[in-house]
Amino acid sequence: MSNTAPEITLSARNLARRFGNVQVVHGVSLELRRGEVLGLLGHNGAGKSTTLQMLTGCLLPDDAGDNLCSIDICGIDLLHHPVQAKAHLGYLPETPPLYRELSVDDYLVFAARLRGMKAAGVASALARTRQRCGLEAVGKKIIGTLSKGYQQRVGIAQAIIHEPDVIVLDEPTVGLDPAQIREIRSLIRELGDQGSVILSTHLLGEVESICDRIEIMQQGRLIYGGTSAHMQQHGSVSGFVVGLRNPPPLAVLESIEGIARVELLSDTQFRVLHAPEHDPRAELLTLAEQQGWQLEQLTPLQATLEEVFVSITDAETAAVARSAAGDRQPGPSDPGAER
Amino acid sequence: MIRLIALRELRSLFAMPSTWFVLAALQFIFAWFFLARLDAFLEVQPQLAKIANPPGVTNMVAAPMFNTVALLLMMLVPLFTMRLIAEERRNQTLALLLSSPLSGLHIVLGKFLGLLVFLAVLIAAVPLMLYTLSFGTSLDNGLLLSNILGLFLLTAGYVALGLYISALTAQPVIAAIGTFALLFGLWLADISAVSGDSPWHAISPLHHFLNFNDGLLDSSDAAYFVLFTAVFLLLAIRRLHNNRRYG
Repeated sequence: MSNTAPEITLSARNLARRFGNVQVVHGVSLELRRGEVLGLLGHNGAGKSTTLQMLTGCLLPDDAGDNLCSIDICGIDLLHHPVQAKAHLGYLPETPPLYRELSVDDYLVFAARLRGMKAAGVASALARTRQRCGLEAVGKKIIGTLSKGYQQRVGIAQAIIHEPDVIVLDEPTVGLDPAQIREIRSLIRELGDQGSVILSTHLLGEVESICDRIEIMQQGRLIYGGTSAHMQQHGSVSGFVVGLRNPPPLAVLESIEGIARVELLSDTQFRVLHAPEHDPRAELLTLAEQQGWQLEQLTPLQATLEEVFVSITDAETAAVARSAAGDRQPGPSDPGAER
Repeated sequence: MIRLIALRELRSLFAMPSTWFVLAALQFIFAWFFLARLDAFLEVQPQLAKIANPPGVTNMVAAPMFNTVALLLMMLVPLFTMRLIAEERRNQTLALLLSSPLSGLHIVLGKFLGLLVFLAVLIAAVPLMLYTLSFGTSLDNGLLLSNILGLFLLTAGYVALGLYISALTAQPVIAAIGTFALLFGLWLADISAVSGDSPWHAISPLHHFLNFNDGLLDSSDAAYFVLFTAVFLLLAIRRLHNNRRYG
């Protein structure tokens, strides 16, 4: 634990996985450091869960015997010494692995002992974890009778009760209500400060609020990796939705200075795109007042995951094209470099 | 670790109402059969007294009773083994075991021993019932012990087979039907083979149990059960390992 660079808790190289004839994951490499929350962002079916299953030893990568492919957890090789390596892991799969007939306390004690905790430390770990996940009131209840949100919290609790160095969470906030989502997000943030967390999600807002670093996955490849702040630049779209009860013709709106494009959403709603350096909102508001357009809505545009994908892939393809034209060196995200 | 998994298995079993129902129903069947055999024995007892060297109560009541329990086990064991791995897979709880610092050996042995302890408790009622006879008469302890040992080995073999079939599928019902079909098939092949040295006799668990049933302790029968159990446990461990490979 040096002061300069935190230790690497998880490092995976060249993970590939096929199911039958379908290549689900192509050569994914990841690194995670202590004190970091890494978000794995992608659509359903992008290969996030498969990647996480490989990282936790539930699924062997193809070519596991190969030297190119490796998974190290706290410096221990998961593929060759699975038992020692898994002692540092906590994993919440997509479906929480709950024994529905057990009580919450019995289940959590079982999970803690299963992960190799000594019997002496289990009681205090149980109390701490219950408090952290908001499970104090339901300790004696049978898991099968709990609501989906509570079951998800029990799932998170079993992954963190033994305070592992690497916590792997597959879509941790699914099925929770907004208040619970906020609690769980702050919990994940807290966990990330002590150990390291890798989580998968398809919610853009989730990674923005809790992750230090983001890897975007699409069709089994990591197409982008960077800090959360860096991605927000990709994600920001200069534009807004404006609602006018008494709208002028489209051409009038388009002629306002700075507006690049106006799309009609409904009779009274317009999607306005503008250059990032020139915000036409002030002018639009003045005009609306003068001309009696009756403004009823003005909402800044939120980037969707799709738009971030497009802007990132566009940017990378452009960069690749530039460098290929310059010194004929393909960039790292060049699809042709894979095979 | 093995003990932990075995205890979890037992805890889950006793947390389910169906377990208690099966336990109660079986004790009732065992008791019914025991009393029926006892009744039949008491009826023929006056005639038996006339012949020289008559068969005792152990021969007339205990041995047939063990034989029936052995047949019942064929239907009973699949009901319990079907859940072992297939249900963990269906409920996605297998991921918890696979991502924990355990080897396949721990998982398989834990589940095997957990269920074996439960079934041992379940069938322990049979010798307990029979030992109540010792208040009124003297029992052939050798024959009883040989039967108890045989029944225990038979149960272990059945559980190992059921565990392996359960590891093959994600549907508990398919595991139950598969295990029952295999056990029933082995038994049918065994009783329909007429020649004494038919290979079907050699591979049928119930045929090997019959020697124990007669009070004949043969090391080759014991070795057969140990091998039978070990082979299916190893296959189950292998299947769990392949689970990581094929998903």
